[in-house]
Amino acid sequence: MNSLELLQHELNRRAFLGRTARGLGGLALASLLDPRLLRGETPPATDGPWPGVARPLHFPPRAKRAIWLYMAGGPSHLETFDPKPRLAELHGQPMPKSFTEGQQVAQLQGQELKCFAPQFAFQRCGQSGQQISTQFPQLGRIADDICIVRSMHTDQINHDTAHTVMNTGSSIAGRPSMGSWLLYGLGSESEDLPGFVVLISSGGGQDQPVAQRQWHSGFLPSRFQGVHFRSTGEAVSYLANPPGVGDSGQRRVIDAVNRLNALQRDRIHDPEIATRISQYEMAFRMQTSVPELMDLSQEPDHILDLYGTRGADGSFAANCLLARRMAERGVRFIQLYHRGWDHHGGIKKGIEIVSSHVDRGCAALLTDLKQRGMLEDTLVIWGGEFGRTPMAQGDGRDHHIKGFSMWLAGAGIKPGMTYGATDELGYNAVENPVHVNDLHATALRLFGIDHLRLTYRFQGRDFRLTDIAGRVVGDILA
Amino acid sequence: MKNCGKSILSAAAAAACGLLATAWSEAADRVRFNRDIRPILSDNCFACHGPDAATRKARLRLDTREGLFADLSGDAVVAPGRPAASLVFQRVSTEDADDLMPPPKSGKILTPAQRETIRTWIEQGAKWEGHWAYLPLERPALPPVTNADWGHNPIDRFILAKIEQEGFAPAAEADRRTLIRRLSFDLAGLPPSPDETEAFVADPDPAAYERLVDRLLASPHFGERLALYWLDLVRYADTDGFHADNYRSVWPYRDYVIRAFNENKPFDQFTVEQLAGDLLPDATVETRVASTYNRLGRSTEEGGAQPKEYLLKYAADRVRSVGSVWLGSTTGCAECHDHKFDPYTMKDFYRLAAFFADVQEQGVGKREGSPVPTAAQSAELARLDDQLSRDEQALKTFTPGLRVAFAEWEQATLERLADEQPAWLPTEPASLTSSGGANLERQADGTILSSGANPPRDSYTVVLPARLPHLTALRLEVLTHPEFPNHGLGRGNGNIVLSEVTIALHRSGSDPVPVPIARAIADFSQNGWPIENVLDGKPETGWAVAGHEKPADHQAAFIFERPVAGDPDAELVLTLRHESAHERHNIGRFRVSLTGVEAPTLDPDALPADILAALQTASDARPPEQNAALESHFLAITPQLDEVRARLAATRQARKELEARIPTTLMTVAGEPRITRVLPRGNWMDESGEIVQPAPPEFLAEAPPGDRRQTRLELGRWLVSDDNPLTPRVFVNRLWRLFHGVGLSKNVTDFGAQGEWPRHPELLDWLAVEFRDSGWDVKHLVRLLVTSATYRQSSEAAAEVVRRDPYNRLHARQSRFRLGAEMIRDNALAVSGLLIEDIGGPSVKPYQPAGYWDQLNFPKRTWEADQGQALYRRGLYVFWCRTFLHPSLLSFDACTREEGSAERTPSNTPLQALTLLNDPIFVEAARVFAERILREGGDQPEARLAWAVRQTLGRAPHPAETGILIDLYQSERERYAADPEAAKALSSVGRAPASEDLPPVELAAWTEVARTLINLDETIVRN
Repeated sequence: MNSLELLQHELNRRAFLGRTARGLGGLALASLLDPRLLRGETPPATDGPWPGVARPLHFPPRAKRAIWLYMAGGPSHLETFDPKPRLAELHGQPMPKSFTEGQQVAQLQGQELKCFAPQFAFQRCGQSGQQISTQFPQLGRIADDICIVRSMHTDQINHDTAHTVMNTGSSIAGRPSMGSWLLYGLGSESEDLPGFVVLISSGGGQDQPVAQRQWHSGFLPSRFQGVHFRSTGEAVSYLANPPGVGDSGQRRVIDAVNRLNALQRDRIHDPEIATRISQYEMAFRMQTSVPELMDLSQEPDHILDLYGTRGADGSFAANCLLARRMAERGVRFIQLYHRGWDHHGGIKKGIEIVSSHVDRGCAALLTDLKQRGMLEDTLVIWGGEFGRTPMAQGDGRDHHIKGFSMWLAGAGIKPGMTYGATDELGYNAVENPVHVNDLHATALRLFGIDHLRLTYRFQGRDFRLTDIAGRVVGDILA
Repeated sequence: MKNCGKSILSAAAAAACGLLATAWSEAADRVRFNRDIRPILSDNCFACHGPDAATRKARLRLDTREGLFADLSGDAVVAPGRPAASLVFQRVSTEDADDLMPPPKSGKILTPAQRETIRTWIEQGAKWEGHWAYLPLERPALPPVTNADWGHNPIDRFILAKIEQEGFAPAAEADRRTLIRRLSFDLAGLPPSPDETEAFVADPDPAAYERLVDRLLASPHFGERLALYWLDLVRYADTDGFHADNYRSVWPYRDYVIRAFNENKPFDQFTVEQLAGDLLPDATVETRVASTYNRLGRSTEEGGAQPKEYLLKYAADRVRSVGSVWLGSTTGCAECHDHKFDPYTMKDFYRLAAFFADVQEQGVGKREGSPVPTAAQSAELARLDDQLSRDEQALKTFTPGLRVAFAEWEQATLERLADEQPAWLPTEPASLTSSGGANLERQADGTILSSGANPPRDSYTVVLPARLPHLTALRLEVLTHPEFPNHGLGRGNGNIVLSEVTIALHRSGSDPVPVPIARAIADFSQNGWPIENVLDGKPETGWAVAGHEKPADHQAAFIFERPVAGDPDAELVLTLRHESAHERHNIGRFRVSLTGVEAPTLDPDALPADILAALQTASDARPPEQNAALESHFLAITPQLDEVRARLAATRQARKELEARIPTTLMTVAGEPRITRVLPRGNWMDESGEIVQPAPPEFLAEAPPGDRRQTRLELGRWLVSDDNPLTPRVFVNRLWRLFHGVGLSKNVTDFGAQGEWPRHPELLDWLAVEFRDSGWDVKHLVRLLVTSATYRQSSEAAAEVVRRDPYNRLHARQSRFRLGAEMIRDNALAVSGLLIEDIGGPSVKPYQPAGYWDQLNFPKRTWEADQGQALYRRGLYVFWCRTFLHPSLLSFDACTREEGSAERTPSNTPLQALTLLNDPIFVEAARVFAERILREGGDQPEARLAWAVRQTLGRAPHPAETGILIDLYQSERERYAADPEAAKALSSVGRAPASEDLPPVELAAWTEVARTLINLDETIVRN
């Protein structure tokens, strides 16, 4: 990096020699190599799209974009991807102390810990014979495309902090989320949509709150923040023209603003003015491109049927279809939250409801990406902030962080395999444990990034998505 | 560690004199340890050869003088004058990949230039310097300059000396239009009015600038301006931040900060009050409000969160905050290990945390604040309390008249009782259990009292001997207790919800059989919570008695379908379930009675069982507590005291209403300190660490003498003592950044080894000494900064200066930077005339897009925009929701204040454009601005335009600008003339009343011009 620094310095000098940023072919390069970035300063203004700092990439990339199907609330691994017949046998009996002694519990604090049988049967699916709960028949059909990881573990046992770990690699607020790191590292491929978009749906449990922190850019500049698209009403705050203005009026106002700013740019030495001009252009493009994106009426019936939706109604299925449309349009990182997975009680009923919300959409998304040839460079991640206890909480399960399941697909992930294992009761990840930091390291690797080398200096320290840990899980890479 | 600390200090002191005296005259090619060497070592070597003992390799440390000049098995780490004999140089310059440092796998590489710098430093004698930020403060001499005419105060001498060294000249002084706009934003956060601008431009007084500075420093907006920055530092917000992110009231603290800056409270006092305003010997409401600082961090209400874990999270948050606000240090790193770059040890971290161990708070749950009454409210409270205590006393006092009445009542009651059958027989339980772990204990008066755990849901099992041969009903009395919340009936909020009641008969040798209940009756049921609910089999419904609002004893009876035949071995098993959604509404105190009468009723006039028992005891045989019970029962019912009781109720009600009007804040309340341990690797479940006592970081302060526990008061006083050079350095550097866009040390968050050696270390120290020695006079410091010639320069400079100093580190010009999020809002409101300039008060809710809060839960909530003037208050007062910050603030880089922040990272995004173009508050501001343009701007479009530009930018438009804007006006006028509905629609945005008298097409066209002006780069930039 330090040899780059010299080069950067020279490029940077040249950039500042020019009066306008637009006239400089070298500016994009200069800014991506700007030494200030390495020192954690504000990236310089450019009027082009952000090119990313990870150039050249550290490895040949497999993924161009990621879609994270984020099951918020803590999906039970025991009712989804991790069959535990032994747990069924011990149903109602005390959970062996050897598992639980000295371990954290959340709402089960001070209560008697008893085994709770898995609530659904499992079946072997596809040629790979992966075991998936019968509650997810559609996912069963695409079992050969996904890699199930049964040995996830994390650090934090409450929703808020566990989400923060899952998205930023650390429980302390203020760190950038994974999507922000990707934008910082790679830039966006879209010039008229944000590079990091979040969609949220709910239902099926006590809907967990999801904080903006989960897609915040933390100490990275806010241009790398995720943008939450509301799936009903106005998708992006302040997207619509004011009443009575119309597109032509808005265009004329923006033209006037930009022409006046251009006069100022020619008078005054400040590259931020050129950037502002280009941001007004992008804002105007977004006013068209976002409604176009959100309009599902152009999708043919067979696609709508595949996802099981009739329009952008805020459902998870509709959001899956929107995710595919965003992926096609160059959005780098797409997160679809479903908030209905916190099943402290009534887990059977709860999972029946929530699986009916997500099963078809997830499978349709994979099928659709595959048939368009996009699955090979789209990383799909499925999972939430933690799993659930093998122990009963009434007829539900409490939060659990020592072992849970996620799945990944596409973009260089080995399809049709199950990786890692929990113990016979589904408590601890005992075989090939995968920490959240490892998941992040692996995802970055698929994008061609060495997680140790994508850093940003803040408060004197070079921070990274994987905090102080992280190991690429090579076994699941094709 | 201790030795290391001392060596830094003593060596530092020694180095300081030499350093400061010679710095400005030193030859440019001389390598300086602090400027040139320490950054290389810190960045590349300290992680393995630095302060963290746990990860130190080869017993080599390069962050101390001893370490650097140590002898390592016969080899000198650094041999002054002899690079080739110095291990450090050998290892960084070797060709041998096995020996090369830093090791290639670390990913760190020294550049040839860095190696050369190390070589030169050793060659030049390897002069060591203590870390600049920790050196004792001394006032440096002013450097000589060539152009002695330039400058107004000592700041300028330091700045000019460096500018001249580089062969530059300072930029010209900015014109007065620029100066007043710059000063107004910097000191008040608001634009100057056009009149103020014109008056200043025309003022012939050479001291006009200084007078302007004094006026702005005296303006109440000065406090708002500095508060805007301070609130980021201390992570002030209106919500608690974790999970449900609910409201908590702390705005009185925000107003305290505004007042403190406006009254020019000395910064040392300001510091101590925030950390320990509750512990001051002369603590007042004001200083206690200041102590809210300790409680500004995030807190959780999430079910299932472990209190212990969260208490430790809060403690760590406080250490990070004190470290960043006053010490400019990243103390948070030492939570899990000794700091990698700076001399903070883990023990230092936990000793700092121990200062706050006396702060009383719960780990999980909603926080209730303490009242902050005004003087008038305090007086009224005292008056009501006095009235209350007199009346309460009257209710307890036997006058001679009452004594007579008592005797009569006793007599009469006994006579009445003689005619009646005692219906209900108090029955003492054989056993009591709580499924949720509450303690249920029988009291001397026969009642049962709960204590210990009060779980969200609980089920009591009460086993009663059923000896009577004929049982027809069971009575449950639910009773108040003075120690329950609101003097109520339970330990939640005082109310109870009994969801289900079942009774079973258990004869020895057989299984219990249910006793069917025909019906339930009660003397009182809260609306919507009838007694019948306890028999409906639904856990969510139940019987409640409004115990949180109208606490009183109540009773219910359960009448059996068929009489039950008891016997000496039989037992009735009564189950009382509390399973509704109202958590912790468990019965707190109760008594059970049985009866055998044929048609049992609840006689509202019936005497409580204990009173009955007392009456039936001969008066000379009554134990004193029975007498006391009897007397107080009499006083509670006698009609002779009705008037007192009525007045008492009214006074209580008045007090309650007054209390509801008094704002609250989360003041610090001190108590018994919790034990603080060093947590190995920061793991809260590991209790093996050493117990520590409060103390400042060891390398900065001698251990306090004696055994007495140090308090927050001492922490606060130490932070602003002469022994701590960090606080003044950190603060003046941050103020410098506020007024120049970049600090003297650029890294305003970190004054450690990874921070930046200041470009003007002498000036930084000079300002720090000046600030401290002025009595921590903030306004003095600000005045000094903004009256300097350095500050007054134009932000435009020669291309050569910009080329060679792109980041303006020499300050050979002013900086040009975008306004903060709140100021962008305030500016638009001020220009339009909508701004309401009130200071302080509860936070306000401007318009926010519908559905923006949809992802919040527990409880779900919607943002209701305020009405009227509250919509047009300054951004400083906008409700700060940490997990969903108002989108217009967020898009302009306001921080969420989950953690403290010393600077906002600016960005330039399309969302900012969308906000200024389409957020209704900016559209409304444009419309109201347009109304003023039409009314006040003259008659002709050109005149109106010139007026509007002056309002917005404080200057006349250039001809090219006029052309563009007039074109826009004309095209928009045509468009709206063809579409009057559209004109009406645009004018309807926002709640400010529409002007009926203005031509709608003109108004709409000028609104578009006003929107354009509000969107200009120049409008949202200060230069």
